[in-house]
Amino acid sequence: MESARPRWDLDPVLTVEHLMMRFGGLVAVNDLSFNVGRGDITALIGPNGAGKTTVFNCVTGFYKPTSGRIVMRHGEKVGTGLIEDLTRSGRQYLARDGHAAFLLERMPDYGIAHHARVARTFQNIRLFGGMTALENLLVAQHNKLMLASGYTIAGVLMLPGYRRAKQEAIDKAVYWLERVDLIERADDPAGDLPYGAQRRLEIARAMCADPHLLCLDEPAAGLNPRESAELNELLQFIRAEHGVSVLLIEHDMGVVMEISDHVIVLDYGVKISDGPADFVRNDPKVIAAYLGVEDEEVELVESALETREAGI
Amino acid sequence: MEYFLQQLINGLTLGSIYGLIAIGYTMVYGIIGMINFAHGDIFMVGSFIALAMLVVLGVTAASSLPIIILAILLVLLIAMVFTSVWGWTVERLAYRPLRGSFRLAPLITAIGMSIVLQNFVQVTQGARVKPLQPIVTDGITLLQGGGPGGGIVVQLSYMQMIIIVTTVALMTGFSLLIAKTPLGRAQRACEQDAKMASLLGVDVDRTISLTFLMGAALAAVAGTMYLLYYGVIDFYIGFLAGVKAFTAAVLGGIGSLPGAMLGGLLIGLIETFWSGYFSVEYKDVAAFSILAIVLIFLPSGLLGRPEVEKV
Amino acid sequence: MAEAGSVADASDLRPAGAEIEEEKRRDAVSGEPPFKQPRRRDGGLRAALRDALFAALVAAVLGFFFLGLRTEIGPGGLVLSTRWGLFATAVAIVFAGRLLLRLFVFRDARPRTVTAAAPGWAAALTALGRLLGPGLLVLALAFPFLILWLFPQRDRQYLDLAILILTYVMLGWGLNIVVGLAGLLDLGYVAFYAVGAYSFALIAQNFGLGFWLCLPLAGLLAACWGLILGFPVLRLRGDYLAIVTLAFGEIIRIILLNWYDFTGGPNGISGIPKPTFLGMDFSRGEDGVAAFLGIPYDSIHRFVYLYYIILGLALLTNFVTLRLRRLPIGRAWEALREDEIACRSLGINTTNTKLTAFATGAMFGGIAGSFFATRQGFISPESFTFLESAIILAIVVLGGLGSQIGVVIASVVMIGGIELLRNLGFLRDIFGPGFDPTQYRMLIFGLAMVVIMVWKPRGLISSREPSAVLKERKLIGADMVAQGEGH
Repeated sequence: MESARPRWDLDPVLTVEHLMMRFGGLVAVNDLSFNVGRGDITALIGPNGAGKTTVFNCVTGFYKPTSGRIVMRHGEKVGTGLIEDLTRSGRQYLARDGHAAFLLERMPDYGIAHHARVARTFQNIRLFGGMTALENLLVAQHNKLMLASGYTIAGVLMLPGYRRAKQEAIDKAVYWLERVDLIERADDPAGDLPYGAQRRLEIARAMCADPHLLCLDEPAAGLNPRESAELNELLQFIRAEHGVSVLLIEHDMGVVMEISDHVIVLDYGVKISDGPADFVRNDPKVIAAYLGVEDEEVELVESALETREAGI
Repeated sequence: MEYFLQQLINGLTLGSIYGLIAIGYTMVYGIIGMINFAHGDIFMVGSFIALAMLVVLGVTAASSLPIIILAILLVLLIAMVFTSVWGWTVERLAYRPLRGSFRLAPLITAIGMSIVLQNFVQVTQGARVKPLQPIVTDGITLLQGGGPGGGIVVQLSYMQMIIIVTTVALMTGFSLLIAKTPLGRAQRACEQDAKMASLLGVDVDRTISLTFLMGAALAAVAGTMYLLYYGVIDFYIGFLAGVKAFTAAVLGGIGSLPGAMLGGLLIGLIETFWSGYFSVEYKDVAAFSILAIVLIFLPSGLLGRPEVEKV
Repeated sequence: MAEAGSVADASDLRPAGAEIEEEKRRDAVSGEPPFKQPRRRDGGLRAALRDALFAALVAAVLGFFFLGLRTEIGPGGLVLSTRWGLFATAVAIVFAGRLLLRLFVFRDARPRTVTAAAPGWAAALTALGRLLGPGLLVLALAFPFLILWLFPQRDRQYLDLAILILTYVMLGWGLNIVVGLAGLLDLGYVAFYAVGAYSFALIAQNFGLGFWLCLPLAGLLAACWGLILGFPVLRLRGDYLAIVTLAFGEIIRIILLNWYDFTGGPNGISGIPKPTFLGMDFSRGEDGVAAFLGIPYDSIHRFVYLYYIILGLALLTNFVTLRLRRLPIGRAWEALREDEIACRSLGINTTNTKLTAFATGAMFGGIAGSFFATRQGFISPESFTFLESAIILAIVVLGGLGSQIGVVIASVVMIGGIELLRNLGFLRDIFGPGFDPTQYRMLIFGLAMVVIMVWKPRGLISSREPSAVLKERKLIGADMVAQGEGH
């Protein structure tokens, strides 16, 4: 690895420390630690059953981890002092000097989305199928609108403050519908959209929740190459224009290697490699995990690889 | 102590009846995932058939013992056959056309069927309660309490023995049927994944029909026992018995046959002890509160498999 | 794999003994295969006859102990009477009915070719649907005057019926929030109806407050009960939620039935005050409304007044529901019905969202309950049985979940239709003097529930209208809309 500490260790947006998730006797994730850099696109890869989605579910609060600490930070270079204070205080989150830190393992799932601003998509798309694309994006802005509607009272009376907020919400929805090229289908039920469009709409919906970290569970699954390329562009755009950090699970190595700044590889719930895409690509342990080679053979693969590279 | 024992016996008897009904709920819920609301009324239909059959046969307590035994067996058989046709018909008319449709529809038709059955029986047999002279009387005295006036006597009546023995026998036979026969295997397969089962050559429609037949037959046994034990029935007994049997099924863990039986016994015991020691008026409140508490704190019931939320 | 081979393989894959069971089953149903087998469809008359015979046989088995025999309480215990004529007639009707159905209705197993005429119809129907709401509203507003004008002899009866229907419309709309929008299956809605009725009756009796003051109080109390009952149960999913709400409904009824000191037990509460109009009541005297308005006293005025009260309350329910649907809270309810997990991933506190739905629904149920109490002047636990919950739920589901106009149609059809049976005295001429059509009311009600549901499983009006529109308002077909797993 490089001698200088990588960017994601210097200014992480999300830190997972010694995460352990046990289902009965099965240890799905074991002592996993990694950082997600601010403004990075980070990929979590690994063979089937490696525990990637479990990590996602722990981060987004759908599972309560057996042990470990998951820290989400708002603001640049949040100091460790704040986080230690937070951990000791027993609270869910702590804000100080424009910085805030959240301990996700203590928060309920909706609180993580609402306060810690972690939005996610799902492996098997979970859109509100009977609601239109526009409505889907409005639901994502629920908390903001709820506040603007004075918890419904101002809304029932249609006070001007609520109307303004509502218009802003629609504008934002329109912006994202245009971004994902679905503006023409704004009034169609989400369940009616083709598969690729549903994937894009789900990302747009997550973005409407104003996340600091966007977690995508296999966003390219089932997409054709053209759609895959469009997805890459969309993710680059989200990162560049909105400064949102992206954490994604992906099987499509084309997507992973092309856009990821940082790749973490899991196998059997344990991290086996962690680094820039180029480093991971050539890591013999990763190759072994993917090709299903025994540990003793790793060295063989390693040497074979060296020979091949030498050949080139 | 004597009082406690007596209540225990009474509770077990009542619980056996609930358990027999609960099996019908649990099987149907297991296989098509719906609450068969009309099942309690199938139980009621069974008891009416048994009543008519007993009157046809004309047995009374004065008849000789072999005749009584034969008559009860015959009544059980007829009630089971005729009631299972009722169960089959309800499924065929109200549930099968809606299979694969959205899930509230069969619930509404089930409630509709429950209303139909109650009112059909009310119209054809009258709204008044039907008292039956006790046929199986006597029993054995287990304990004679001391004290002035003889104290409390713990009695196990022959009827209670019949109910408990029949239930145990049916439960055993039934568990074997589900565990060992191809029918049971087909049923368990449909429970897991009906579509896959049908791809593998299991006739899902027929398996479901048979489930309803069996559930109704057991409900008919329960109905007969209820009639013989309490001696009074009316067209409305199905509702409360049905809700409590469903409670029993849920308490035991829905989808589990031993669970249904265990749940039935527990509900029967809770109800009997509550009436015996606290108040008769609120015995149903006790049963329903148990239901709510169990579901809230132990949603998969006592013997059910826990459900993991899939994200 | 060869085609023929694979077919043979498939049948071999059936569990061992499947054939035996089939035989067993054939024995059980007297040698006839079940009538669903499609290839029999084209068999013509013979197959139809066979099918009808089977149906008649089933009917004979079903009817034997109920139509053929009847037990009566006689002098020395139960006595048996037989009614073979009735039994034979019923079996014959089933035979003929099934035969005719098979010959003329279920004939075409082949897909029908539909020409392009359908869209025009659909457009016309949609246009009609748009007019339906306003049309019904105008009709509802003018109804009492129409009745007074057209049926002066039977005005009271018809007004009473209209009031009853409107009560169910309001209850249906209230429950629609819970079941139709939020997708929470509530089988104990009648509990809130009861809470509203008893709150009003008890407050009015003990504190002497009038109807208009008690009405919001009763609504508030019912909403509180919605929160109290809702909090523990809303973690439950699907059918479990249904059964626990049913249990709570029964618990409340049993408590009302047994708490003599407070609720009067089975005797109920009587002497509940009538609603007043600007502080005046509808009496014959000087200070009555009639005198105030300078019109001759007529007892019908009170009914007209009651009619407009319930119409106003129902419209209020409708207005609030429609407004809420367009607000974030309503959208969150619908999103909850569609996918709870996705809701949580978007930061929606699902527990609170469910509770608000539950409490809002309960509030309207409570308000309807106090109206019921003031209309009857007497309430007892008997009015709040599970059957009532079932009827309200049936109205919501039959009308089409989430559809406001569907609830109106279903209420008119189910409640109005059933009450109409009371007027079928002429049937007595056909079936003899012993025939009482009213005792068939609930039987027909139940049958109608089954038939409508089988005919239209999604309810009469099943399309969903989006709550926010960018360019074009498109109705969403029912197959898209989730029904909520009752999470």
